[in-house]
Amino acid sequence: MMTTVFDVQQYRKDFPALSQKVYGKPLVYLDNAATAQKPQCVIDTLDRYYSAENANIHRGIHYLSQKATDAFDEARDKVARFINAKESREIIFVRGATEGINLVAQSYVRPLLKPGDEILITWMEHHSNIVPWQMVAEQTGAKLKVTPINDAGELILPEFEKLLSEKTKLVSVTHISNALGTINPVKKIIQMAHALSVPVLVDGAQSVPHQAVDVQDLDADFFVFSGHKLFGPTGIGVVYGKAEHLEKMPPYQGGGDMISAVTFEKTLYNKIPYKFEAGTPHIAGVIGLGSAIDYVSAIGMSRISAYEHELLEYGTRALSKIPGLRLIGTAKEKASILSFVLEAAHPHDIGTILDQEGVAIRAGHHCAMPVMERFGVPATVRASFAFYNTHEDIDALVRAINKVFEVFR
Amino acid sequence: MSEINELYQDLILDHTKKPRNFEVLEGASRHVEGYNPLCGDRYTIYVRMEGDVIRDVSFQGSGCAISKSSASMMTTIVKGKTKCEAEAIFENFHKMITGQSGVDKNKIGKLEVFHGVSEFPVRVKCASLAWHTLKAALGGEEKTITTE
Ligand SMILES: Cc1ncc(COP(=O)(O)O)c(C=O)c1O
Repeated sequence: MMTTVFDVQQYRKDFPALSQKVYGKPLVYLDNAATAQKPQCVIDTLDRYYSAENANIHRGIHYLSQKATDAFDEARDKVARFINAKESREIIFVRGATEGINLVAQSYVRPLLKPGDEILITWMEHHSNIVPWQMVAEQTGAKLKVTPINDAGELILPEFEKLLSEKTKLVSVTHISNALGTINPVKKIIQMAHALSVPVLVDGAQSVPHQAVDVQDLDADFFVFSGHKLFGPTGIGVVYGKAEHLEKMPPYQGGGDMISAVTFEKTLYNKIPYKFEAGTPHIAGVIGLGSAIDYVSAIGMSRISAYEHELLEYGTRALSKIPGLRLIGTAKEKASILSFVLEAAHPHDIGTILDQEGVAIRAGHHCAMPVMERFGVPATVRASFAFYNTHEDIDALVRAINKVFEVFR
Repeated sequence: MSEINELYQDLILDHTKKPRNFEVLEGASRHVEGYNPLCGDRYTIYVRMEGDVIRDVSFQGSGCAISKSSASMMTTIVKGKTKCEAEAIFENFHKMITGQSGVDKNKIGKLEVFHGVSEFPVRVKCASLAWHTLKAALGGEEKTITTE
């Protein structure tokens, strides 16, 4: 096998935001789990769309409309190939992972639920994979069940197996935890759930930027993610759903584009995926997402994974040497996220001091309050890496943490 | 002095490490919990009123250095003050940490050490959490107040 060096300095040049200074210091951007920076090609795509190609899609007969429609449809094909969906019509564009989960909750799960039925999630979910289920549970009288995690931040699979039953109508699980970095064994989870004919939604918000995803190999029923964490624009995301499910589901919202004929007596819904895309979509976002996918695909997701894994190991070693630092999330299978607390200072104080050093991290509960509670901390500091981060970025993080010790002597 | 050192002055760090009046107040006439869900800061402020006078005040809870030292210094300053006086101090303190003009320095006294907060807008809530909570307690509220 041919191995090529991972030329991170070359890739960094593709991201204009990375070369700026903040407070007179070079920006060290370690908040990628919140949102990723954008490569120039994505920015150019948006610029070109609005400068020269702007038109509405699927309705105009003029030149620009046809061009925009082609670009839009092509982006759907790119997304389908990127996660290896069987067909492009299994890709629905939404605003982000959050809207994707709400769509599945309301259109797929809600009509199935009877009082006493159960939805099974895990202790490490982002609020966006908790609250939509609480809402449908409230609407239908169903119950929310939660699989516990161990002290390393890993799912306890035997407990998952116990909680799974014929009452379970859906399992919803994050592929990678944004607060802990844990990579869940989703393929195995799906096999276990399917053994009882329970469908599974995978929240891929944190996985698609870091590793190759194959929804057919996983056999996921639904898979959602956000474009902005994948180096694409904000406001655009994806729901993948198996066609057999999507065909049976009622629309999520009503409006233009999602119909094939409307009279006041009866409306005939459009076929999938259009049935789920009411109104003028985020056309620029979709095309921009396609461009982001082209960009990371050219680098190669497996190379990105391998490089980030090395960064994670380097970072874990570096942080472990810091006295009084406790890593929150030490799963064996982990993505490039380092969540931690210090004895010497509260995460918010650390965040402020790191920021002044040009190091952008996130301090808080990371929209995962149950995780914070599980580990007995009010908040953590989270450094999350992308493939454009370097060993020097980690060294800068360590230097900035040493500043915290200087202030809190 | 760098902005960070302006923010984390020695007096602030001292109150963080050795918070004053950090206890449940026996015989408190009121207590109110203040909570900032964004960072998890959570304090309970206890007051014992005699008419309009804050006879005694204490606090409990946890949070960042700014919120904890602010709560601690607040208790040392409002003890023995009337409700009106305490509110006037808060008003001036709030003006200072949000970078507004017209701060009456006589009113805020030692609280001057928090002036660095005005350079860090996201930390204003930390510095004012205990004060908002005290204000609610003085106003007779008995519920959790949040900054959101
Ligand atoms: C695991 C996970 N799921 C869902 C989301 C929600 O994504 P968005 O806010 O883009 O809808 C996030 C974002 O932080 C996340 O990390």
